[in-house]
Amino acid sequence: VCTHRVRSCSSIRFIKSKYVCVFDKSALKFSHQQRLFRTSAVSCGQIVQFKLSDIGEGITEVTVKEWYVKEGDSVSQFDSICEVQSDKASVTITSRYDGVIRKLHYSIDDTAFVGKPLVDIEIDTSKGVAPEEDVVETPPMSHEEHTHQEIKGHKTLATPAVRRLAMENNIKLSEVVGTGKDNRILKEDILNYLAKQTGAILPPSPKAEIVPPLRKTETVPAAPKDKVRKIPVPVSRPIAFSGKDKTEPVTGFQKAMVKTMSAALKIPHFGYCDEIDLTQLVQLREELKPLAELRGVKLSFMPFFIKAASLGLLQYPILNASLDENCQNVTYKASHNIGVAMDTEQGLIVPNVKNVQVCSVFDIAVELNRLQSLGSAGQLGTSDLTGGTFTLSNIGTIGGTYTKPVILPPEVAIGALGKIQVLPRFDGKGEVFKAQIMNVSWSADHRVIDGATMARFSNLWKSYLENPASMLLDLK
Amino acid sequence: MVLQSLKNCLWLSCILRTPKACFWSTASGGLIIQSVSNDVYQNLAVEDWIHDHMDLEKHQVLFLWRNSPAVVIGRHQNPWQECNLRLLRQKNIKLARRRSGGGTVYHDLGNINLTFFTTRKKYERMENLKLVVKALKALRPQLDVHVTDRYDILLDRQYKISGTAAKLGRTSAYHHCTLLCNADKFVLSSVLKSPYKGLKSNATPSVPASVKNLFEEDPSLTSEMLLDAIAKEYAMQHQIDHHITVINPADETLLPGISNKTKELQTWEWVYGKTPKFSVSTCLNMTYKDSVLDVKVNMDVKHGRIEVCNIDLPEQWLPPGLYSELVKSLTGSKFCPNETTTLVTTLLRVCPQDDELHSRWSLLCENMIMLM
Repeated sequence: VCTHRVRSCSSIRFIKSKYVCVFDKSALKFSHQQRLFRTSAVSCGQIVQFKLSDIGEGITEVTVKEWYVKEGDSVSQFDSICEVQSDKASVTITSRYDGVIRKLHYSIDDTAFVGKPLVDIEIDTSKGVAPEEDVVETPPMSHEEHTHQEIKGHKTLATPAVRRLAMENNIKLSEVVGTGKDNRILKEDILNYLAKQTGAILPPSPKAEIVPPLRKTETVPAAPKDKVRKIPVPVSRPIAFSGKDKTEPVTGFQKAMVKTMSAALKIPHFGYCDEIDLTQLVQLREELKPLAELRGVKLSFMPFFIKAASLGLLQYPILNASLDENCQNVTYKASHNIGVAMDTEQGLIVPNVKNVQVCSVFDIAVELNRLQSLGSAGQLGTSDLTGGTFTLSNIGTIGGTYTKPVILPPEVAIGALGKIQVLPRFDGKGEVFKAQIMNVSWSADHRVIDGATMARFSNLWKSYLENPASMLLDLK
Repeated sequence: MVLQSLKNCLWLSCILRTPKACFWSTASGGLIIQSVSNDVYQNLAVEDWIHDHMDLEKHQVLFLWRNSPAVVIGRHQNPWQECNLRLLRQKNIKLARRRSGGGTVYHDLGNINLTFFTTRKKYERMENLKLVVKALKALRPQLDVHVTDRYDILLDRQYKISGTAAKLGRTSAYHHCTLLCNADKFVLSSVLKSPYKGLKSNATPSVPASVKNLFEEDPSLTSEMLLDAIAKEYAMQHQIDHHITVINPADETLLPGISNKTKELQTWEWVYGKTPKFSVSTCLNMTYKDSVLDVKVNMDVKHGRIEVCNIDLPEQWLPPGLYSELVKSLTGSKFCPNETTTLVTTLLRVCPQDDELHSRWSLLCENMIMLM
């Protein structure tokens, strides 16, 4: 039998002919290996019909509701195979064997019968309970200790992955206390056991995929209790990493973002950045915060930034415009619907505050509160998310100083605000003082906006914020 | 009733860690625990945890819990068919999908939940419900309550006061049921009425029933009294002390892995994505300017995502390029109003800036979103 297998698996290199080569789940997905596996499997495996076991309460039939496996999948003992339902009871059917699913006897919503076959599983009879054994370079412990996992007449329950981990670290499964169901030994139990034996060298979280194997000295191969208590030297053995790439289709919201950003790419962006001294604004906000709270509103810096932007747009309306598709016409929008970029679970959404040109700072704060609570509840409406003419992004709440924001079509400009930092600056008298500095990064559409316009708008906006009292002069 | 903080009880941790080496050998047969939390996801996670990790050979468990307003659907149900999702979102009522089968229920603090954990072999729903009825009768002998063969408990032979569901695993099982003490019947009936038309699916349907609160029958009854009476009866039948041990579902040291279970129960993929395949076939009546349009919509939804989308619009009502863009974007996206809203509003950015076009687009999209 072994010779036959060697011949049919000639394309796979054997390190030691005595050991069986590894076919893990991913290998089965490669068609040529799958074919190979089948040829060897047909000669080595045995197809077992796994029958639907008794559900209890005299139930004879159930409805199949969900399959967790498909034909060709490998399963280990205790893996879930399917979910069936009978009269308000949902039952998880688990596999009794390690093997490969060869046939599903029912489709979803079919009626399955107790005592009749549910799936056909191909078991590799030559391997017994643990079909997967790793190719090990220097196994100091004899295999007997691993394959005969019987302690006092009980079979130790452990998945093949856990058994491999134990073997790699020369641990006798009989010495490990299992904390899983039915005293099953889990990966965490092996790691805890190792940690106790060799001190705190192992990574603290038992969930770490990478477990640096610790070298035990050659002189004490089969007596785990007598671990040599010296500083373990990390072995130059390749670290087992079982992470896999995950590919997902781009759907829904992400797809829409792809479209928008690709359109944004067509806009020739130029950037203009500056730093704003918000020392006075910080103080002003401190004074006004409690007043706003009395009215039930949280007052952040954004309402000030938004109102100042609107005042600036009144002087430089080209920044609140839109260029048509053919670049034939520029539409100057009458309303200042200023968008505020929000970070949600889905990603970036930009609701806007409508008609800022006729809103007070307080009105803007109220509206922002409403948009923020709807945004976090995932309940923003279409009108909240459409009609924007200009956007501000307060990325500084997360971090950063200068950024390169991308204009959101059909707009022509966007501003990104960095975080507020306390930095030393010189005042009029040439003395150093503590200033609250924030950076702003503007991007504008160079087809209709020139650098000078952007700079003048930015300076105006900056002057309103650095000297908030000046806003009073121009408020409508 | 004696409440004991779990941190002081070494015996529970010993049952969980080393079932064989337990030094608590005198108390056998049962354990009664009550959750301090009213969060439906945390409480469902406790059920999962006990089901997966506890050795129920020696100790059966009764778990007592109550939730703040939530709708709980069965494992294989369709939330669009079962409840008014729009109303749930408006009223901030949570939606949860449990792992057991059965129908949809409304929970609030006036409803108590009882979960009976046993080994798979000892799974016996009728016995559990008879225990509950016995406890109720011991508390108020005049109550006309009995168990039906559908595993419901009826009051006065007419009104359902308890519904049942169960979950069976390889070695353990649980049977849980509700009990209406003083729930808000008005909210209950409004949230459990689905406004969605044209849904076709093989999901388990709920069987509607007239309900009544025990409080209406006897205003002197409270949830606490009922919980206590049931715990007492359980303790008697299992020959254990009438202790109720309080547990905190957020305690990761006591219940390692519980926060992951709680998180999983809240994911969109679990709550909505586990809905069996269904189709939506309906007609949108859109009033545009002076005319009324009948727009036929057909969608297939699998794993909560739109697999196929057909919208029968009058020709040229939307530019064909834009229409196909809409259908392409909807295909593969979640059957979810929030996802659809952000999707369609984002798409609008790359459309020609035409007010007429924008208002048609908004009208169509608002109507589509109403289906979700």
